[in-house]
Amino acid sequence: MTDLDQVRAETLNSISAASDVAALEQVRVTALGKKGGITALMRMLGDMGADERRVFGQQINAVKDEVAAALEARKIVLEAAALDQRLARERIDVTLPARPEAQGRIHPISQTVDEVVAIFGQMGFTVAEGPDIEDDFHNFTALNFPPEHPARLMHDTFFLPEKADGSRLLLRTHTSPVQVRTMLQQKPPIRVIIPGRTYRCDSDMTHTPMFHQVEGLVIDRTTNMGHLKGCLIEFVKTYFELDDVPVRFRPSFFPFTEPSAEVDIGCSRAGGELKIGAGADWLEILGCGMVHPNVLTNCGVDPNEYQGFAFGMGIERIAMLKYGIPDLRTFFESDLRWLRHYGFVPLDLPTLTGGLAR
Amino acid sequence: MKFTLSWLKRHLDTGAGVAAIAERLTMLGLEVESVDDPAARLQGFVVGHVLEAEKHPNADRLNLCKVSTGQTTLQVVCGAPNARAGLKVVLAIPGVVIPATGEPLKKGNVRGVESQGMMCSWRELKLGEDHEGIVELPPDTPVGVPLTSVLKVDPVFDVAITPNRADCLGVRGLARDLAASGLGRLKPLAVEQVKGTIKSPIGVTLDFTPDTAAACPLFAGRLVKGVRNGESPQWLKDWLTAIGLRPISALVDITNYFTIDLCRPLHVFDARKISGNIQARLARPGETLAALNGKTYELDPCMTVIADDRQAQALGGVMGGEASGVSAETTEVFLEVALFDPMRTAATGRKLAIESDARYRFERGVDPAFVLPAMELATRMIIELCGGEASEPVIAGRVPADDRCFPFRPQRVAQVGGVEVPADDIRRILEALGCRLDGGPILSVVPPSWRADITGEHDLVEEVIRVHGYDAIPVLSLPRPAVVRPVLTAAQKRSGWVRRGLAARGLVETVTWSFLPTAQAELFGGGQPELRLANPISSDLDAMRPSLLPNLLAAVARNADRGNKDAALFELGPQFDGDRPEDQQPVAAAVRAGRSGARHWAQSPRPVDAFDAKADALAAIAAAGGPADGLQVGGEAGPWYHPGRSGSLKLGPKLVAWFGEIHPRILAALDIKGGVVGFELFLDAVPLPKAKPTKAKPLLKVSPLQPIERDFAFVVDQAVPAEALMRAAKAADKGLISDVLVFDLYEGPHVGEGKKSLAIQVTLQPIDKTPTDAEIEAVAAKVIEAVGKATGGVLRG
Repeated sequence: MTDLDQVRAETLNSISAASDVAALEQVRVTALGKKGGITALMRMLGDMGADERRVFGQQINAVKDEVAAALEARKIVLEAAALDQRLARERIDVTLPARPEAQGRIHPISQTVDEVVAIFGQMGFTVAEGPDIEDDFHNFTALNFPPEHPARLMHDTFFLPEKADGSRLLLRTHTSPVQVRTMLQQKPPIRVIIPGRTYRCDSDMTHTPMFHQVEGLVIDRTTNMGHLKGCLIEFVKTYFELDDVPVRFRPSFFPFTEPSAEVDIGCSRAGGELKIGAGADWLEILGCGMVHPNVLTNCGVDPNEYQGFAFGMGIERIAMLKYGIPDLRTFFESDLRWLRHYGFVPLDLPTLTGGLAR
Repeated sequence: MKFTLSWLKRHLDTGAGVAAIAERLTMLGLEVESVDDPAARLQGFVVGHVLEAEKHPNADRLNLCKVSTGQTTLQVVCGAPNARAGLKVVLAIPGVVIPATGEPLKKGNVRGVESQGMMCSWRELKLGEDHEGIVELPPDTPVGVPLTSVLKVDPVFDVAITPNRADCLGVRGLARDLAASGLGRLKPLAVEQVKGTIKSPIGVTLDFTPDTAAACPLFAGRLVKGVRNGESPQWLKDWLTAIGLRPISALVDITNYFTIDLCRPLHVFDARKISGNIQARLARPGETLAALNGKTYELDPCMTVIADDRQAQALGGVMGGEASGVSAETTEVFLEVALFDPMRTAATGRKLAIESDARYRFERGVDPAFVLPAMELATRMIIELCGGEASEPVIAGRVPADDRCFPFRPQRVAQVGGVEVPADDIRRILEALGCRLDGGPILSVVPPSWRADITGEHDLVEEVIRVHGYDAIPVLSLPRPAVVRPVLTAAQKRSGWVRRGLAARGLVETVTWSFLPTAQAELFGGGQPELRLANPISSDLDAMRPSLLPNLLAAVARNADRGNKDAALFELGPQFDGDRPEDQQPVAAAVRAGRSGARHWAQSPRPVDAFDAKADALAAIAAAGGPADGLQVGGEAGPWYHPGRSGSLKLGPKLVAWFGEIHPRILAALDIKGGVVGFELFLDAVPLPKAKPTKAKPLLKVSPLQPIERDFAFVVDQAVPAEALMRAAKAADKGLISDVLVFDLYEGPHVGEGKKSLAIQVTLQPIDKTPTDAEIEAVAAKVIEAVGKATGGVLRG
């Protein structure tokens, strides 16, 4: 065995035996460093004759390459082992809770308004608004309330103090004054819905002094009660996201519409649980009718030329029905537990293409 | 409005059942709120025959009866004193639901003896109050048949009448509508005059001025002499009892009967208690009346009274007086059939807080043409039930003129209703309702006297559509726009973005009242007299809110009371700066209380501070599409903020938002412990985005070169706003400096009294070539110079 063979064998052995990267580096220095065994043999080349040098040079280069490859291969193995070892030490308890992030909510009233707007929006209704503090004309007179109508009297309407001229402003008792404002500002054809705050001097289990309504108004030359039925039946089905909801139009009375109707939807109360859809019972959800000719006249619209319908419903009521919220009063209590439970995450933007609700 | 089935059938000839009648009433707009059909709850009860009755072996007061069901014989333990052999009884076997308890009967064991059934009292059947003993059916009642086959039970309807349908506050009115809709035939109402055999000793006058004559335009009176005011016949007592009225005496029951039956309230005076003549007049100042309900009322000269020569004896259209009321001793009765002004009657009833069946009808309007017929009918009934002889009528005033006659275009039914109703049907419906029709293609229609609500063609159109049935109206699709376009205004979209933007930041949306206690309104600059409700629901809700914050703060306090101290709430809604429409402005406001979050093993929560509120405000403005960069931050917010820890965000002179810590004095006044921060964004101050010709975004320009960051620490006076320093640094080289951020603030002994150290990181973004070290140094020098010039700041040594 030549020295070269011996150095090769020893080095390769040492490489296999190196137990960590540092030991391997030591092997590399021992073999290939300035004072290394192979380096020493390389130095011998200078003292050799040309032929001998050529042969030995080839041999020693082959050994050098072989050692370098072995070093690299071993290094990869050792590094992988070292990484495994490190990772084996680096353990976290993944069951610990992640850093908290606050989740906001959208109030069910806002969400329901957005749903209603999405539905009527695609039927071509725009959204109109008006002031909460109204006058007698817009809230009552223009809407064909007779002068002594009980709704004008103290027990229903919130009044502001009497002015020097004897007039009194009031908090609108319905969103209908915005119908009046719309007709006074805009020529037919008109299609608007009007969501907003409304106020009645009433407070018990099922009434709150403030609540929300959405009003609808369609005025043109041809819209009749058949369209009213079609429009509201479609609304009900779309809103409740049910294909089969029986809808019943029942004659009723409102000063500002004629003919007037209340709309009932089918429901079941079997087992004490209210379920919207086909069932034995009816549930009233909104009032509607053809706009009274007196209202049109009061708003500067010629009733011989134009006609149309109006409807109104309680936002909280339809939200309660759809989302199973049991108590009206809780809408206004700002109880975070309630808001988190019944509220909607901000990404739940209702659309007709993506569905109104999850 | 309650009535029974047999009562209805007095006016309506129909074979329709209870359910069909109820359904039709509802679909005529006469909404049936309930039908109480005793037959439904008497299912399963049979007629039993007590064969034997012996003493219970173990109980003195109980009987042990053998009761035949016709098929078998049961052993029944019974405690009723009248249980005896031979009796025909109402028998329930186990499983039958007892109406009084709502529970099914179980087989019982009473003191060691099995009881296989139950014999019931009227009260247990919910057919009366009698609970003295078990029901004794007539001896000839067949044994074993269902109880409902031998007991006459009368279903009771309760109908909600809309305010326009005064005529349906009488059973006959309901019958007429049902007949018009094809559910039976209205029976004729025969009115025969009762011949007066004596002259009334009591005269009647109307004592009004022309201005007030409408208070009582017509008064018909009649004396009946020699009456005996005993009990009413059973049929009348049954009907009144069934609808919740207590039978009192024949004369009183007759007035109640006319009220319910024909919507014709009457009054009866004991003629012997009337002094002199009767006059209808307005009350005199200071006049009082002891009414039939036992209360005494102070009257005022707006109220109509019926008076004798001495004093007021009744409140016209509202209630009779105690002094002249009929009693068992009454032998001479004076009948009043009159008309009273609806508005005046309503006002009187409201002022005196008297609810009565008479007021309810007069304020909605009774049939003016029916006064004299009703007087004849009532006189006849008095004589039938109480005997006596009638005087000639005494009548003051006259039936008010009614010259209503409307042109009616039948095609309007289809135009408005969307439903084709054949001409014959139109005519039949209107005539059945009592209209008189005349003429050709355009009819002229005279509505009936009892339908004051019909005031024009539109009302006739409604009547036809209503009686024809809404179900017959075909469903039509509302014609759609060819392309759905956005329907929200820019301002409406802005509100939506802000709402969802704030919720995305972890704030929870709430909705609070538009009003609040005046004391709280005053804390926030409100409480003006013109914004205080004249009739608040409670003193807690008496002022319109001048700001959204107080209600949000109150919500924070309520949540803290429930153990949730770290509330983060927001609201979008109106605030009221005055009572004109333009004084109402939309605001987005939020509050954060307590700590920044829950405790966590990896990070500690910190108390919320003004910068949380500032971040919320800026995010809301950004969500609203406002110019985030163009805002000036000022140091002063509304007086309800901490004066040193709050600020304003302005666009030029226009205030956009306030943010900061809520003033400790406000928190104390609202009983809130711990700090709260908040902001108010005045949405209308955020400029609406300009309508752009294209939605395309400007072309993105990015540099391929690495940005370079350099840090500087400046010592400045404490009063120097950080923003001034940042702005100066940024302006030092507009071409190269792309961003400046503050990464440290130090105040303390190392920089000296009244000073602070602000450390900033300046980012240089080369555009076309990498700057040399010398160029970078030059920019750094410019930054130092610019900051020094703008703020007096020097590099920290």
